[in-house]
Amino acid sequence: MKRVAKLALEDGTVFTGMAFGADGEVDGEVCFNTSMTGYQEILTDPSYRGQIVTMTYPEIGNYGVNDEDVESPRPFLSGFVVREASRIASNFRAQQRLDEYLHRHGIVGLAGIDTRALVRRIRIHGAMKGVLSTQDTDERRLVEKAKASPGLIGRDLVREVVPQEPRTWDEPLSPWAHLSGDAPADANTIPPDQRPHIVALDFGMKWNIARHLFTSGARVTVVPGTMSADDVLRYEPDGVFLSNGPGDPEPLDYAIETIRRLVDRCPIFGICLGHQLLSLACGARSFKLKFGHRGANQPVMNLKTKRVEITSQNHGFAIDADSLPDVLEVTHINLNDETIEGVRHRELPVYSVQYHPEASAGPHDSEYLFGEFFRAVSQARQA
Amino acid sequence: MPRRDDIRKIMLIGSGPIVIGQACEFDYSGTQACKALREEGYEVVLVNSNPATIMTDPNMADRTYIEPLRWDVVAEILRRERPDALLPTLGGQTGLNLAMDLHHQGVLEELGVEMIGARADVIAKAEQRELFKEAMERIGLEVCRGRTVRSLEDARRVADEIGLPCVVRPSFTLGGTGSSVAYNREEFDALVSRGLKESPVHEVLVEESIHGWKEFEMEVMRDADDNVVIICSIENFDPMGVHTGDSITVAPAQTLTDKEYQRMRDASLAVIREIGVETGGSNIQFAIDPRTGRMIVIEMNPRVSRSSALASKATGFPIAKIAAKLAVGYRLHELPNDITRETRACFEPTIDYVVTKIPRFAFEKFPEADATLTTQMKSVGETMAIGRTFKESFQKALRGLEVGSFGFGCDGKDLWGTPQQPSEEEIRAKLATPNAERVWYLRYALKSGMSVDQIYELTHIDPWFLDNLAELVEMEDRLRAAGSLDAVDDAQLREAKQFGFSDRQLATLFCTTEQEVRAERKRRGVVATFKAVDTCAAEFEAYTPYYYSTYEEEDETPAKQPGRRRIMILGGGPNRIGQGIEFDYCCCHASFALREMGIESVMVNSNPETVSTDYDTSDLLFFEPLTAEDVMNIYDRLQPDGVIVQFGGQTPLNLARALETHGVPILGTSVDTIEDAEDREKFQQLLRRVGLKQPANGIARTMAQARSEADKVGFPALVRPSFVLGGRAMEICYDTVQLERFVAEAFVVAQGQPVLIDRFLEDATEVDVDAVCDGQRVVVCGVMEHIEEAGVHSGDSACCIPPYSLPGPVVEEIKEATRRLAMQMGVRGLMNVQYAVKKEDGRFNVYVLEVNPRASRTVPFVAKATGLPLAKVAAKVMAGVSLAEQGIDRDPIPSHVSVKESVFPFSRFAGVDIVLGPEMRSTGEVMGISERFSIAFAKSQLAAGVVLPQEGTIFLSVARRGKPHVVELGRRLVAMGYRLVATEGTARALEEAGIAVSRVKKIQEGNPNMLDYLIDGRIQLIINTPSGKGARTDEGRIRAAAVAYGVPCITTMEAALAAVRAMEALREESTMHVQPVQDRFPKKTLAEAE
Repeated sequence: MKRVAKLALEDGTVFTGMAFGADGEVDGEVCFNTSMTGYQEILTDPSYRGQIVTMTYPEIGNYGVNDEDVESPRPFLSGFVVREASRIASNFRAQQRLDEYLHRHGIVGLAGIDTRALVRRIRIHGAMKGVLSTQDTDERRLVEKAKASPGLIGRDLVREVVPQEPRTWDEPLSPWAHLSGDAPADANTIPPDQRPHIVALDFGMKWNIARHLFTSGARVTVVPGTMSADDVLRYEPDGVFLSNGPGDPEPLDYAIETIRRLVDRCPIFGICLGHQLLSLACGARSFKLKFGHRGANQPVMNLKTKRVEITSQNHGFAIDADSLPDVLEVTHINLNDETIEGVRHRELPVYSVQYHPEASAGPHDSEYLFGEFFRAVSQARQA
Repeated sequence: MPRRDDIRKIMLIGSGPIVIGQACEFDYSGTQACKALREEGYEVVLVNSNPATIMTDPNMADRTYIEPLRWDVVAEILRRERPDALLPTLGGQTGLNLAMDLHHQGVLEELGVEMIGARADVIAKAEQRELFKEAMERIGLEVCRGRTVRSLEDARRVADEIGLPCVVRPSFTLGGTGSSVAYNREEFDALVSRGLKESPVHEVLVEESIHGWKEFEMEVMRDADDNVVIICSIENFDPMGVHTGDSITVAPAQTLTDKEYQRMRDASLAVIREIGVETGGSNIQFAIDPRTGRMIVIEMNPRVSRSSALASKATGFPIAKIAAKLAVGYRLHELPNDITRETRACFEPTIDYVVTKIPRFAFEKFPEADATLTTQMKSVGETMAIGRTFKESFQKALRGLEVGSFGFGCDGKDLWGTPQQPSEEEIRAKLATPNAERVWYLRYALKSGMSVDQIYELTHIDPWFLDNLAELVEMEDRLRAAGSLDAVDDAQLREAKQFGFSDRQLATLFCTTEQEVRAERKRRGVVATFKAVDTCAAEFEAYTPYYYSTYEEEDETPAKQPGRRRIMILGGGPNRIGQGIEFDYCCCHASFALREMGIESVMVNSNPETVSTDYDTSDLLFFEPLTAEDVMNIYDRLQPDGVIVQFGGQTPLNLARALETHGVPILGTSVDTIEDAEDREKFQQLLRRVGLKQPANGIARTMAQARSEADKVGFPALVRPSFVLGGRAMEICYDTVQLERFVAEAFVVAQGQPVLIDRFLEDATEVDVDAVCDGQRVVVCGVMEHIEEAGVHSGDSACCIPPYSLPGPVVEEIKEATRRLAMQMGVRGLMNVQYAVKKEDGRFNVYVLEVNPRASRTVPFVAKATGLPLAKVAAKVMAGVSLAEQGIDRDPIPSHVSVKESVFPFSRFAGVDIVLGPEMRSTGEVMGISERFSIAFAKSQLAAGVVLPQEGTIFLSVARRGKPHVVELGRRLVAMGYRLVATEGTARALEEAGIAVSRVKKIQEGNPNMLDYLIDGRIQLIINTPSGKGARTDEGRIRAAAVAYGVPCITTMEAALAAVRAMEALREESTMHVQPVQDRFPKKTLAEAE
């Protein structure tokens, strides 16, 4: 039986389509992702907390969902919008259909709307708050709810997605993550106590980051992003990793304070929110992008090598270039809008990127960053 | 790093005539490259033998050589032009092979010409299977098990190792010629032998069969800083085993998880780096085992390809243009993305729609050929469609195919529910073996109740695709169950349209008319909206107006600009035999003309290979099927001031009446006039009025009428269906038995239209004329005398400008007749007339065979031969600028001799008889230019791949009618030192005239016979004019064998005489004189062309 669902935006626009996944009513910032593959990774990326994600590619669900290609224990996003949800799952690894998966995790889905019209609206007018409902069909009321919804700015969404407890990470990269010929050296050949120790501050971390850190040869401990610097140092890290995570970096005082205290203690590498927090800790400011960068085709130039990396991205905030303190230098820029994509501390082995070198979903062009971090951490351990 | 300053002049090689596996896509890529390099200030030297291309227009390159694509000829051009660099990667396999020949012959080194884009060692590594395999193993990628061999014995050893079935694939051929699967020993031996022969380097690859695996393609670009991006992924609907050119293909890939896709992306990057393509685009093909995900690299093309043209049209990213810029030193990030302007070319396009390409076949032209689809490409064209979902794009592509279907069944061609409904057994058979009809049988299978799983077992088409087809059938059943249009609610009607159902299909389902469905859905507000193709899924604003239709909420088409006229041009759809690049050339010129006049030009076409579907050819581009419904949808939205239907061949003409009925203003010659030219009676009256003759003729709607008309007309008679292009089902009958057979066939093809019966004029010379008329004046642009006699389809015969044998007064008479016809008919724009000139009782009588008030296939040839851009001139006339206002006051007088020769796909269809007839079978054309007819003819032969031998043995076998000429022919050949062999009859005629000849047995006379001579390589040229026809006749087998063994075979006496003249002339000129077209025409003519 077909169920109707509606998506109302704060500007008064309402899209009516078919519900899929779970029933319910959710609010969030409506954003779009332009990646043509990887919906499962996107669904399970905790950085989408508080957002209703629209896929620009219209055919979604084609290859189903499996237990391996996940970036966290479950989807954290508010809602999922597609043009066409496949009714079958066709792939030798598929274990269930997308619809079943969303249903099981209580995620409200909307299909059959003019997603391109929605995307164009967001592009032209900027990111908007919205409400997605299978329960309320009163459009005026839905628009009012959208206007009244909290949005992302100034909100601490990290606390909603951080893990409860520290854990030791021991899952390597998926065998599908590499060509047979260039699989990285097996980390398990080095005894754990001889490996450098990386403590990863998890603000809503995509698991592929931890898999990369582990596979690069490190001993990895994942701790909640809310942890204090003293608690982090108790783990005697050779390096600290700052993860991605949802929302606005500015309200996360505790994390900024923690990082400020860790900066000169050991090598630090940050990704996405981790990059923003590191920059803020060094004195920079962030700003909200009109509609963000979300996709797997964003060109980033490494200013040192002048090489271009095609990157996976997911951020609605960025670091303001004019606010950058002298201690930080820009290492990477986005070729589309020339925003900052990476910074490095001028004196310390501390650096970060705005994009996602762990890919998943997305291209592997930037994996070298994990190798660089591992080398920095190894050196620190020997020193 | 910006452009290289150390090179100044660059040579580009085109791909030559349109053949199976190499079509307009290389005109598209070459044209883009010319523009890209010239806008950087480089001097471009272009060589291509194909006059129908846009790239050979005199204003596209600085120096344009329309010369044979042979290394010795190109070496002459290189010596003359001394370019600094050669860009070999934009002219298809032909361009690549030619560049390699020049390299191997030491020409490039001798002249200091640098190969840019890809070096010779890179090309060798990508193209030679063993080198490629080693390279892949070095980077840890799997390839098929197997080996390249140079003999049958070695091949058998490999087969023993890997087991049958296995694939046999010759090296260095285009479109995978000769690549096939051997299931048993006998097949294996035959395929290996043929492959060794067909490969220019006499190598074949024997490898494991991975039939049934999923097939993918990746379009990759790399710059000199080693930045690599994927432009597009393509998934083949038909699994491994069907050549990708013959497969339905879909972009982007649909059934790969991100993990699998990224692994394929990593592999693509590794491949292009390992092979070492320095800059430009490459195409890499992969196979994936659907059960395990095991990935195998199939092959790599280190150049732009058919798939890269498709990828360009599918994404909006201009691969060829960017490849050209990268070849001269730019980095990807230094180049702007034209579509978004604000972003760079260094990114990976992302799309928010689904693209489906469907190949078009021509098996009806080759009934003797094996219609099974294999790893050897057999399709002659393709159509592409864009939709928001696979279902929509798939149905749009099916109707864009123009084979009488308007989607996935429920139309005039649907056999389901008719007495011809296939049985389950037939369905299973059609599914199990890939064939051109399989797509329709997928529907029959679903209708018959077969499940997706059952169909998958038979076809190995991915269940995701099959389930989408099942959804279409379910929708069809729901609509059918509703019973009538009134019973269907708005939401369901919209959903049906979103599923891609055409009004025609809905009309069939609801037993009503297309017009009624259209009116009803417009009443309900279910109308098409148009979305932009923008490379970025709307993330950035798009400036390039390239659109497709869908049924969504938001429309993105731009409003009409106040005070600016907007004119729509309808293109020709997928290439087919009889309608191809020539018409696309005309459409492009129409667009160029309109833009010069400041008119907003709107192109509508569905053929991804073409220049017309390049986003900067027209002001607006609509990538849409050419059906009345789809065109009307655009018309409704855009409200153009007029529509041009004259230039796209039969496709738009077939829509003209329907469009006019809907009130669409048709520009130029009226629809009535176009139709009247096809109406026998009205045409007769017209000829009477202007005092011209035509062969006796009649018209028949029934077999009885056909018999009585044939009695009146007399034999031999020419039978053909009306309103059909390319001489489909056109035949010459010598008696009643033949007549009845051919008339029956013609009725089938005519689809309700009558069949025409003409007296066939034997031994007449055929003449084609192209003219432009503005209502006040007629310019006769070109008079072409055919080499072959009347009776050979004009599209298949060679022809010459100016006439090479007709007396001047006859040519004048023909020109005058053309003028009278054009004025009398009220032509506004282009007109083509076909005449037959027959010498009767000592004087030349001119008969009118046919008048077509529209663009003809010969328009580009005439333009290249005379320097007059007649298509552009005609388009301006249609837009209201008279010939006088354009300053065109006289017929162009050609200063040199131009010969057009046709090129045939016979090598793709083993065993087919190659005798020419009234049904057109050529796919392409070449042009030879010289001061002398004989040399121009020689060049045309060379360009067509017919290498006239300089010495050796010539086999002569001439039908009774040709006997008078054979003596002269024989004498001249012997005088040049050739040895002659002949069978009984011809030998006797030669001996009686005292000409030395050896006799050879006919096939049925035992061994050694003619066939053995041929196989042993003892014959260098065959001149065989037919008395009988067909693959089963003795002579038919010889001709088919000539194709298989690559021995040139001339099948008409006229062509043989011309060839002898050419061979004589070639003895006098040791090197071929080459000259660019820019030097052949006075500057003034070319200035007018601008």
